[in-house]
Amino acid sequence: MKLHLRFFASLREALGPGETIEWAAAEATSAGALREWLRERSPAHAQALAPDRAVRVAVDQTMAGDATPLHDGAEVAFFPPVTGG
Amino acid sequence: MTTAGTLQVRIQEADFDVARELEALQAGRVDIGAVASFTGCVRGGAAEGGLTALTLEHYPGMTERAIEAMLVEACQRFQVLRAIVIHRVGRLEPGARIVLVAAACAHRREAFQACEFLMDYLKTHAPFWKKEATPAGERWVDARVADDEALARWGIASANALGGEAAVPVEPPAAAGDNARHPDPTTIADDASLATLSRANPP
Repeated sequence: MKLHLRFFASLREALGPGETIEWAAAEATSAGALREWLRERSPAHAQALAPDRAVRVAVDQTMAGDATPLHDGAEVAFFPPVTGG
Repeated sequence: MTTAGTLQVRIQEADFDVARELEALQAGRVDIGAVASFTGCVRGGAAEGGLTALTLEHYPGMTERAIEAMLVEACQRFQVLRAIVIHRVGRLEPGARIVLVAAACAHRREAFQACEFLMDYLKTHAPFWKKEATPAGERWVDARVADDEALARWGIASANALGGEAAVPVEPPAAAGDNARHPDPTTIADDASLATLSRANPP
C-alpha cells in the first residue's frame, strides 16, 4: 500500500520531513507494525523509532495508537510527545 | 478576521492583540455575561537557564483539526457561546506571547472552566513542539506528566508524557471522556457545532 509518511520535531531532524512510500505489508497493516518495519530502513530509523523511545503516531491527522489500522493512501505521522501551549 | 465565527482557531507566526480579540469575542451579543482568557508567554531569566528563544513547530492541518475538536468539546461541557484559540509558531523570544485562549459564556464559572479545560487539553493533545535555545545549546522540551494529570481532572485519560511503546496511546479528543454524551469521533466532522468554526488557514 502507498503511505504518506510525515515526521516532526526531533524525528524530523533525524529522518527528514517524510516521504511517500510503498509498503508491501504481508498481514499486520497497523501503525505499530509500520513503526517496526521502518526501523529496518536505516540506523537512524532504528534509533529514532526504537521501542523505548516515546513516539506518538497520527493516522490521517488524528491521534492514533499502535493498533490503528492503515489503509492505502493514509497519511501516517510520527512525532515525540507534544509540548505546545 | 475577527468576528467571522463562533469558534475560531488561528495558527500564525505574527503576534496578536489580546484586547482586540476579547472585544471581538463579545461584540454584537447581549447574551454573553462573561469573557475569560488565558495568555501564555515565553518565560526567560535565570530560572530558565538563560533561555534566549523558543522555536515552535506544528503539524499544519492536524493542529487546527485537533484544536477544533477541543473547542467543540468545550462547547458541549461549558455552554460556550464564542471561543478563540490563537497559537503562535516560529521563533519567539522571552516575553513574547505564545498562546491566547478565550471563552465567552453567559456566566463566569463556565468561562473560567472552558479556558482551563482548553489549555489542559491543548498542552497534551495539540501537535506543537517547543525547542529551547540557551547559551548551552538547543534542546527539545520534554513533555510533563503534570500536564497529563491536569487533563485527568476533567475525566480524560492522557499519556502524552509517557515513554516507550507500552504507553497508552493518546486518545483523539472526541473519543475521550464520556462517550455517551459525545459524538462518535468518526462523525464529529458532521457535528452541527463544527459548522460554525472558522479558520485563518484552511487545510
